[in-house]
Amino acid sequence: MAGSTLEIKDLHVSIEDQEILKGVNLTIKGGEFHAVMGPNGTGKSTLASAIMGHPKYEITQGSVLLDGEDVLEMEVDERAKAGLFLAMQYPSEISGVTNSDFLRSSINARREEGDEISLMKFIKEMDEAMDYLEMDKNMAQRYLNEGFSGGEKKRNEILQLMMIKPEIAILDEIDSGLDIDALKVVSKGINKLRDENFGCLIITHYQRLLNYITPDKVHVMMQGKVVKSGGPELAQRLEAEGYEWIKEELGIEDETVGQEA
Amino acid sequence: MTVETKLPYDQEYISQFSQKHKEPEWMKSLRLQALEKAAALPMPKPDKTNITNWNFSNFKHEAAGEPIQSLEELPQEIKVFLDLENTDQNLVIQRNQSVAYASLSSELKEQGVILTDIYTAMAEHGELVQRYFMKDAVGVDENRMTALHAALMNGGVFVYVPKNVQVEAPLQSIFWQEDAEAASFNHVIVVAEANSSLTYVENYISHNQEEEAVANIVAEVIAHDNARVSFGAVDNFAQGTTAYINRRGVAYRDAVIEWALGQMNDGNTVSENITHLIGDNSVSNAKTVTVGRGKQSQNFTAKIVNHGLQSDGYILQHGVMKDSATSVFNGIGKIEHGASKSNAEQESRVLMLSKDARGDANPILLIDEDDVTAGHAASVGRVDPIQLYYLMSRGISKQEAERLVIHGFLAPVVTQIPIKAVREQLTEVIERKVY
Ligand SMILES: Nc1ncnc2c1ncn2[C@@H]1O[C@H](COP(=O)(O)OP(=O)(O)OP(=O)(O)O)[C@@H](O)[C@H]1O
Ligand SMILES: [Mg+2]
Repeated sequence: MAGSTLEIKDLHVSIEDQEILKGVNLTIKGGEFHAVMGPNGTGKSTLASAIMGHPKYEITQGSVLLDGEDVLEMEVDERAKAGLFLAMQYPSEISGVTNSDFLRSSINARREEGDEISLMKFIKEMDEAMDYLEMDKNMAQRYLNEGFSGGEKKRNEILQLMMIKPEIAILDEIDSGLDIDALKVVSKGINKLRDENFGCLIITHYQRLLNYITPDKVHVMMQGKVVKSGGPELAQRLEAEGYEWIKEELGIEDETVGQEA
Repeated sequence: MTVETKLPYDQEYISQFSQKHKEPEWMKSLRLQALEKAAALPMPKPDKTNITNWNFSNFKHEAAGEPIQSLEELPQEIKVFLDLENTDQNLVIQRNQSVAYASLSSELKEQGVILTDIYTAMAEHGELVQRYFMKDAVGVDENRMTALHAALMNGGVFVYVPKNVQVEAPLQSIFWQEDAEAASFNHVIVVAEANSSLTYVENYISHNQEEEAVANIVAEVIAHDNARVSFGAVDNFAQGTTAYINRRGVAYRDAVIEWALGQMNDGNTVSENITHLIGDNSVSNAKTVTVGRGKQSQNFTAKIVNHGLQSDGYILQHGVMKDSATSVFNGIGKIEHGASKSNAEQESRVLMLSKDARGDANPILLIDEDDVTAGHAASVGRVDPIQLYYLMSRGISKQEAERLVIHGFLAPVVTQIPIKAVREQLTEVIERKVY
């Protein structure tokens, strides 16, 4: 079998003693694109952050395995080196560190000492990726995300994704704040990575993105759990009808994480 | 009542020292008067730092150094500060207290530009030196340290750019304290006449760990009407040296003084950088970076005084504190009565890398005029764990992520250092001090 497999089993996550995720199960394999949808405050970003190792989130139960390796035992950088990538909903701004220095460090971090990418090759690859994403070349020398517009930050996340080429990527609302042209460009970037060695979990609120990036599976989160899974048609129905019908079907009154089904 | 204080050097010693250097009479008497005053003057009292137990008396006042024939002879640790590919250097290298190497392009010489050691300057341009030596910027009788500085001055550089001359290439001094016990009572004067411009960069380097030494340094920058001075420095005295550093500027009408100071000493340090914006529309940007480590205690003052109408002062201090180092950052914006439409801005940021380190940011605004703008921002904090998380999520190790954040934090000042070699050297010093 090609590609990597990310298995999330019965994952429970708390922040400041409040349980946010209450048993999430999901498996993403190389070659597969999964979409996770769900109303605001239902735990989507929490899931993404917990997988990547955000310092604020505490795992209280369950496991996350990448090709059988225990991800939760790893430091954040080890998770990245093992093949995980998270395009964040709110990327950090880091003053004084240029985008290009940061990217080069990121690429070299995944390579052996002595086998660092040559500056020429790096510049060439970055130029190509920036062209592909229709980014202003000045962005390379600007400080990492500092003063970037919302859409520019998202594009910059995809630039990193394209250059780092992870095995499994989680994209948290990569489409929010993008105008329609930017949405097309970003989708084009993500689709370029599509092959049997690349698995992707796309968190989104909008069918719009999924028109460009067709998911193999769609999952709906409510109350800190995956409450429904299906094919691309599920996303279309959500777009048309909203979440009420699922809540009715499952007897959920308040879908946010504070509530129990 | 007079205070009985025994000074390490007496009248006779100083007369002889002055004679030995063939100084003009005015300098000798200035020294002797200063020595007399020193006994009665109080020590400086930097805000929030007690310096009473610091070593200011144990040092060797005289230490000569061998000249060099070519820059190739320099040890690697000095070479790194030089842009060696450039054959037309405008450079003075002072080894202990002697000039080891000096060069100035013939083009600049023809234009009347002076870049020379302080003794040669007194011999060849006595009137100019006398006109500026501790007159407009730093006073002899401010405190015991300034008086002792005048009495014991044992090196330095004089820089002069005539009216309407624009010096593009940087002028550089390297003060290399090769002798571990040699004191540095260095005096630097930079004068930019009307409508002129220049860039000057200086480096202080010593390697004394256990051996005790003292640095009592004064730099005076005078920017006449519409002149532009860019002044960069990297101070890198080793742990054994106690430093008292005064860098002061006076800017006349439409003049600009830019400071970029890398304050990288490893020993106890008091460092003051004060600029007086005398003229209307004068401007100063004072940017400093500091890394404190070990047990060193440091006190930094960055102060800009607005006297002229529409004068504009901006202070930026960035410090990183590790181990059990202690630093106080005083940022002072002072607007004098009558300086209407002027502006005083300042920002002090301290990044703490260990729980035993201490960093104090003291923003002070003293405003004696209504029609002005002023602002300050100060913060003392730790490396943001969310920033580290973001960097690490791309595979960058925790240590490398911290390194990036710290370099980024110091970048606004480091990038302002005018000579590439010095900038890289400052980056390397930061690297060494932080890890
Ligand atoms: N630091 C925090 N402290 C307390 N509660 C938090 C914290 N971070 C998140 N939460 C809560 O956890 C819940 C889930 O948040 P999460 O960000 O995972 O939602 P989401 O599904 O991504 O929502 P959205 O669609 O709005 O991005 C929310 O109720 C949120 O308020
Ligand atoms: Mg979210």
